[in-house]
Amino acid sequence: MKETKSPNHFTGTLTYVVDPELAKIVNVSIALEMPLLLKGEPGTGKTLLAHAVAENLGMPLIILNVKSNMKAVEALYQYDTLTRLNDSRFGDSKRDASNIKDYLRMGKIGQAFTAEKRTVLLLDEIDKADNDFQDDLLDVLDQMSFDIIEIDETVRAKHRPVVVITSNAKKDLSDPFLGRCNFHHIAFPQPSFMRKIVESHFPGVDDRLAGACIETFYRLRELQGIEKKPATRELINWIRALRIDPDFNPSSLSKAKEAPYLGILFKKSGDFMQARRFAEIGR
Amino acid sequence: MSFKRKKVFIEFFYDLRNAGVPVTPTSFLRLQKALYMGMVCSLEDFYVVARSLMVKSERYFDLYDRTFSKYFHGIEKPEEFERELEDTIRALLKEWLKDPKQLADLFGIDPNSIPKLSLEELVKYFIDRLKEQTERHDGGDKWIGTGGRSPVGHSGYNPYGMRVGGRSMGKSAVKIAMERRYRDYSQDQRLTAGQVGEALKRLKNLKPSGPRDMINVEKTINETVKNGGEIELIFDRSLRDKLRVILMIDNGGWSMDPYIDVVQTLFNYSQATFKDLKVFYFHNCIYDQVWEDPPRLRKPLQIEDFSRLDPDTRLIIVGDAAMAPSELESPNGSIYYYETIRRPGIERLRLLAKIFRHSAWLNPMVEYAPDFNHGVYTVKKISNIFRMFALSLDGLEKAASRLLEKN
Repeated sequence: MKETKSPNHFTGTLTYVVDPELAKIVNVSIALEMPLLLKGEPGTGKTLLAHAVAENLGMPLIILNVKSNMKAVEALYQYDTLTRLNDSRFGDSKRDASNIKDYLRMGKIGQAFTAEKRTVLLLDEIDKADNDFQDDLLDVLDQMSFDIIEIDETVRAKHRPVVVITSNAKKDLSDPFLGRCNFHHIAFPQPSFMRKIVESHFPGVDDRLAGACIETFYRLRELQGIEKKPATRELINWIRALRIDPDFNPSSLSKAKEAPYLGILFKKSGDFMQARRFAEIGR
Repeated sequence: MSFKRKKVFIEFFYDLRNAGVPVTPTSFLRLQKALYMGMVCSLEDFYVVARSLMVKSERYFDLYDRTFSKYFHGIEKPEEFERELEDTIRALLKEWLKDPKQLADLFGIDPNSIPKLSLEELVKYFIDRLKEQTERHDGGDKWIGTGGRSPVGHSGYNPYGMRVGGRSMGKSAVKIAMERRYRDYSQDQRLTAGQVGEALKRLKNLKPSGPRDMINVEKTINETVKNGGEIELIFDRSLRDKLRVILMIDNGGWSMDPYIDVVQTLFNYSQATFKDLKVFYFHNCIYDQVWEDPPRLRKPLQIEDFSRLDPDTRLIIVGDAAMAPSELESPNGSIYYYETIRRPGIERLRLLAKIFRHSAWLNPMVEYAPDFNHGVYTVKKISNIFRMFALSLDGLEKAASRLLEKN
């Protein structure tokens, strides 16, 4: 509740341009102490947002990259039975085999809970794991505590972390999980906003270059039959490539004469061929 | 406007509910909390905050936008919203005074001074605070982060360490809502490969296989203890996906034409995901054979031959199942005059259903042309043989669980 007066207000960073709508949502989530669930096309900056929040609020960022076969407990702590077994047999390590705590290690969520400072905890691509994983984390994130069964101890968050969760899936997560999260879907940016993003990545970028690239980019995104549309990430990389190419002339792009390095934008061979055909027709 | 004062937010909540947005009372209470905390000081804020707290899927964003613009159309002017807000706060404060401690914490005022303030004074205090925030908020590019913290910026060229881009904050929330930016995400959109993947992700049949290279901790400890502490490592085979899938696609004739996109999506996904996938093609109904080549000319496979395959294979048939009754039931049912068949299609379908216990029929027509009348008879007949599912997100999920049933 103190957040309204405290420094925990998110304001974007130098390279991350934040939409006012999203900034508001981040601030509400922090104030209400709710995890923020972000969805959106790949490459629209979901993961980057967590980095930006951490940088902006001066908090350490702890990232849990969720994997498909991950169990919730792995994210909390790990009990290294095998090492303990080995130590008890050979006893040649500094660890004390009779002390179970020497073999307990905190997982990413555990680290965020036990950190001396308030942290930003990013659960990246939570949809990769099955529903059980999400459901098991529900109470942990709600109560901000979990039990270590082996030693019958409860770990409570010293400082409630700012939790950001990302999901790529077009499918919804389970209802109870959603109920506990604040939700936002990052829509694909409008060309005018994209311009700001480009400028933040390339300060002082050539006006004609940025304009021509963005225009062509949005045209290419509209191509029929494209399986994986290029996103912000691809555009940034594309502009990076075009900027260092001394032979490149932005006016040829705007006249649709040529569109080099299409492989940066289109990563599926079918899409690539489609885009190249399009570029050739334009010639 | 016809709505009553003080009830604006509640009415809006029910409007959302009635429109079909699954909003929950808990989320509504959270919204109240956000109001208490001064997170909402304009209709634009309300638009964003209410959505993020109450609407949990982008599929409902468009519906939210429509409901919002309908409901708040007419109280676009900020003063009017402020008045609504003031009334709400007044109502909330009464409730709130039951717990003066919390209130004091919130405003950062001395709890002992609360009894001295009248309700009117409290409302005024609260509104002033909001106004203060609103003014800062309107101050252009630096409205967020009013918490008194010096902005981060390390390279110095941006004094506020931030940029707020996108549309100007001057635009009214109703206008934003009326843009219907999320129209593309609403539910009536067609399936994408991502959705197919998500729906079919559960279709896995994990079985231990390959080399024994995964340590089994339980057994290792057991054996070690039995061994008097001498370590005995026990290894297991790791789990691999052993699912076999047969996909039979009706790719002929005009009746399937409208569904090419969605079937193609399913096909692409299956190709990419199932390691052991066989695809066959047929037209209209399955008779003596199906083909491995899409034009159905060169590589036929007799239906009887399927009985030699692993009966645990999952059979997925994609087709509209709509045909003339004779095409299904007559022994001369094939629409190709040159194709002489030995048995009616329906018997072939029964045979397939018997060979493969785990099967499902995906019908695109159920989703995209629900009021069809062509072929109702055969659709019914066939759905007595195969469990039939819509070729939609929902249908795929149901089909996936059906295909994973033990029996």
